[in-house]
Amino acid sequence: MKAEIDGAQIEATQALTLAGDLESLKLARISHLGDRSTIARISQSLGSLDPSLKAPIGKALGEARNQLNELFEKRLAELTLKRDQEVIESERVDVTLPLRRTPKGGIHPLTLIDQEIADIFIGLGYRVMEGPELEAAWLNFDALNIPADHPARTMQDTFFLEPLESNLVLRTHTSPTQIRTMLTQEPPIYVICPGRTFRSDELDATHTPVFSQVEGLVVDQGISMADLKGTLDYFAKKIFGDEVVSRLRPSYFPFTEPSAEVDIFFNGRWIEWGGCGMVNPNVLETCGIDTEKYSGFAFGMGLERTLMVRHQVADIRAIVEGDVRFSRKFGMGGR
Amino acid sequence: MLVPLSWLAEHVKIPHGTTPESIAEAFVQVGFEVEAVHITGADIEGSLVVGRVLEIEELEGHKKPIRFVTLDCGEGKERGVICGARNFEKNDLVVVAMPGSILPGDFKIASRMTYDRLSDGMICSMRELGLGDDHSGIVVLPEGSAQVGDDAREALQASDIIFDIAINPDRGYALSIRGLARELAGSLRTTFSDPVERIRSLELETKRSVPPTQVKIDDGAERIYLRSVVDVRAHAQTPLYIRRRIEKSGMRSISAAVDVTNYVMLELGQPIHAFDRSKIAGTLVVRKASPSETLKTLDGTERKLVAENLVIADDQKVLALAGTMGGENSEVSEATVEIAIEAAHFEPIAVAKNARSQNLSTEASRRFERYVDPNLAEIASKRAVELLLEITGGSYIGSSDAGAGVNDVEIEVKASAINSLIGCDYSISEIEEAFHLVGCKVVGKGEEKGELLKVTPPSWRPDLRRNSDFAEEVARIHSYDRIPLTLPFARASGKPSDVLTLRQRRRRSVTAFLASRGFSETQNYPFSSDEFIKQLGFTGDRAKTFRLANPLSDEFPVLRTHILQSLLPTAARNINRGNNGVAIFEIGSVFRAIDGVASTEILTTGKRPDQKSISDLFASVPTQPMMIAGVIAGSVELAGWWGKGRQGDWSDAISFAMEIVELCGSSGEVRRSDFAPWHPGRCAEIRVGERAVAHAGELHPRVVELLGLPERSVAFAVLLDALAQSPVIHPGELSTMPPAIQDVALVVDGDVSAESVRLALIEGAGELLESIELFDRYDKVGEGKISLAFTLTFRAPDRTLTVEEVNEFRLKATELAKERTGAQLRS
Repeated sequence: MKAEIDGAQIEATQALTLAGDLESLKLARISHLGDRSTIARISQSLGSLDPSLKAPIGKALGEARNQLNELFEKRLAELTLKRDQEVIESERVDVTLPLRRTPKGGIHPLTLIDQEIADIFIGLGYRVMEGPELEAAWLNFDALNIPADHPARTMQDTFFLEPLESNLVLRTHTSPTQIRTMLTQEPPIYVICPGRTFRSDELDATHTPVFSQVEGLVVDQGISMADLKGTLDYFAKKIFGDEVVSRLRPSYFPFTEPSAEVDIFFNGRWIEWGGCGMVNPNVLETCGIDTEKYSGFAFGMGLERTLMVRHQVADIRAIVEGDVRFSRKFGMGGR
Repeated sequence: MLVPLSWLAEHVKIPHGTTPESIAEAFVQVGFEVEAVHITGADIEGSLVVGRVLEIEELEGHKKPIRFVTLDCGEGKERGVICGARNFEKNDLVVVAMPGSILPGDFKIASRMTYDRLSDGMICSMRELGLGDDHSGIVVLPEGSAQVGDDAREALQASDIIFDIAINPDRGYALSIRGLARELAGSLRTTFSDPVERIRSLELETKRSVPPTQVKIDDGAERIYLRSVVDVRAHAQTPLYIRRRIEKSGMRSISAAVDVTNYVMLELGQPIHAFDRSKIAGTLVVRKASPSETLKTLDGTERKLVAENLVIADDQKVLALAGTMGGENSEVSEATVEIAIEAAHFEPIAVAKNARSQNLSTEASRRFERYVDPNLAEIASKRAVELLLEITGGSYIGSSDAGAGVNDVEIEVKASAINSLIGCDYSISEIEEAFHLVGCKVVGKGEEKGELLKVTPPSWRPDLRRNSDFAEEVARIHSYDRIPLTLPFARASGKPSDVLTLRQRRRRSVTAFLASRGFSETQNYPFSSDEFIKQLGFTGDRAKTFRLANPLSDEFPVLRTHILQSLLPTAARNINRGNNGVAIFEIGSVFRAIDGVASTEILTTGKRPDQKSISDLFASVPTQPMMIAGVIAGSVELAGWWGKGRQGDWSDAISFAMEIVELCGSSGEVRRSDFAPWHPGRCAEIRVGERAVAHAGELHPRVVELLGLPERSVAFAVLLDALAQSPVIHPGELSTMPPAIQDVALVVDGDVSAESVRLALIEGAGELLESIELFDRYDKVGEGKISLAFTLTFRAPDRTLTVEEVNEFRLKATELAKERTGAQLRS
């Protein structure tokens, strides 16, 4: 009987080992370990055996069964893995295929840089103020120390609304938003005023009658031109890179005194970036701000020009014509 | 303004070895932008000599008149040259480029046979020499200005450095050699010699043979000086050095008298006019024009004067547009023997109005608009008479003047206030130095440890009145580069606010959403035309436009009332350029003159207007709502290896509009609409509450055709400002009980909207309805009817619903749908 067990074990081992897939393993298990297998038959006959034989045969049988069960589990694991690998291999796809099913869109770079600038100044504690594009002439000119018939008014070719007595203009800068801010808020004031502005220049490679500006205004106690210089230098480095150098040059604007142009040294040359200065006390007084207590600075840049310099856009028409190929290059958030 | 260094150097001690670049930089440092530096004369090589015309032989039978000119160039023999110009005569002195010389533009001069003669050199024009624009004839030198055989470069003062300097409007005084020399000297810290000093002490010899012409001011001038000269030879030639300086400054030499006035204007900054004194009837007066008057100005234009024009007139007629241009009726001619030299301070605004109303900007008006020193009229007119007598001879018979110059003012300036405004520590002596360099006098020091200075600004600097004005002078004279850098952070403001406003946040999220869904953002000009707006079908309030008084083009004279008015042409431009999959959007302002065009007030300045005036001003500016619009003229899903793509259709447009509304935290209700510029049968209106906030759908076929867009292009527009901040959301408890799902198929007439059926089902189903989805729409039921199949999901918070309950809800839902829309259960 012992020999019979050994024989069955050898046969079963052979069958389990040779089973090449899960199906044949299952069949081998049924025929060698199932109810009708030799081992099962011997196990059933164990009760009728001589008691002296019962223990050794039972032990041999148990050992054989354990060994075979172990082998089965091992083979099951092996064959399951094999099957899984085959299935997965057969399901392999080419993940490098072109995948995009929606067309590629893009945010206009003017919007991207507008957001970038807003975030820079929010980081300094500023707020972003907006104002109307169609604006009262008093806010666009007079309140900014640009009286009627002053040569400075003709510096800015203005679009006027009909009838002229309406005193409505398309704002020539976002400075009227500064005036609105000073007329409605008490200092300290730390704001930027981005937006679209208008001047009656014909469209060509470097001019557009509709363009975007960002202006900044700070009114607080003890604000100096050094603060202006430091703020613009920080701003320039954030926009154009840490290696950029900025400088101020004396200039003239009716709404600032002293006034300056801000230049940046970028890509090997000085580039005029914007205008700035200390807010003219006449402007502060028109807004009811105590010039004994407060001083302020203001600055303004063209966003198209900033983009043209930073991204090396040679022709401003690419920015204003709305060709989808232009915005798409900037995608969702490129800079 | 063009300024030759040779002229500046007469009044500024230029340190040895100073380069043109360092002079330009010195100007820039103190606020004078140098737009260009022209180096003249350096590109003439070889021999350029002064020659005298001995003979002129006219060569006949050529296409143009040609002269063969025999010259004496000081060589001891004659030289023959062919010349096409005709503005010279026998015995004139001319400039001859000898064979072997090279003129600007690599123009090599050689002996050559032409017109059957040996042309042995060239007689030159200013342009050929690179010294000016004049090419109307060759250069004829005044007799006595040079000798035959002289180096003509010397005679013409050809070698020079000319700076083209932009002068800001607050620096009228710098539109002169005197002003710029002072600035350059200040910037270089070198000596400045003021030309006015000599003239001030100059005594003109007066011959009282006849009384001088009298002058008076009625209006528009603070000061006028009139000096009369008789027995002049007006045809005398302008000395070469004056002519060359005028030419180098970008003006033209005209006649002795005019050249003198221009020369003095360039030298001192005071515009001067020369009248033919014999044409003046009685007294000269500065007054306003009366509307019936006319004047033929020196440019040959017959001008109708208006009441705001300031003129100079005599007892009978208008003689000049004050500060702007003289008139032909008193022009100095070659025959003139008596001249009246006028110099004035006209009110800047009066001259600005002259220039603007007559559309005539001149060298004189540019200076007067920017303020001419009232104390200069006396000096400059004296200088002009001095030069005139020198050139034309004659006798000075005296002057007449009216008005008064300005008196010195004394202003207290606080050094500490300058330092705190600039953020820099200037010493008292540095501050004083800056004041001296710009022409101020420091007349005294106050008590406070010497930091209070009493300053008298010069008469040409009316802009120096306040602390900040003086601070600018100190900062620029000591260079803005010296100012340190500090970075201020916002201190806690009195008025806390969100980092970004609702509008700003929405703008960001909507932009990112649409871009991620395949749209390209555009920013278009907000201009349109009434005709185009009408063609798109806009009517009523949506077609009430604001009109520009001075549009760039007659094609776009009004402001858009809707974003699509500027977005649709951009879509068409993209299509025309062959761009694929055009899906674009814009967020921007729209302008509707719903209440007509209100007038906005011009308030006072200098102190805060009263609160009501401010509020009224803000209220009178039209509201300009922010709108977003999109156009899809192509695919919303691309074709590829996975299969076919899909064109955007009306449903995409409505869906995008709905998603934008939802992105802003509102929930919209879709209704049918018939609204331009959409297809009347394929247009939806989205309402939030009772307000229509968006429209979307297929564009009207007529609009599509008009713009050449692909058929069935679609569009949407959402009035972002109409969307309120979203209410607080109450999500309720999430039930863990099982859902009960019921499908209903309903048959309705073809013109019943699915939304109306859906809303009826929702209302009828009761509050345990968790969700409802339209899962099928079938329009081939027959008799013009359609079938709509919905899945209704019910769930109770606290129990499993019974079949009976759910059947009851379903029945109530379908009954209400029947009542509202005539829906029948589909059998």
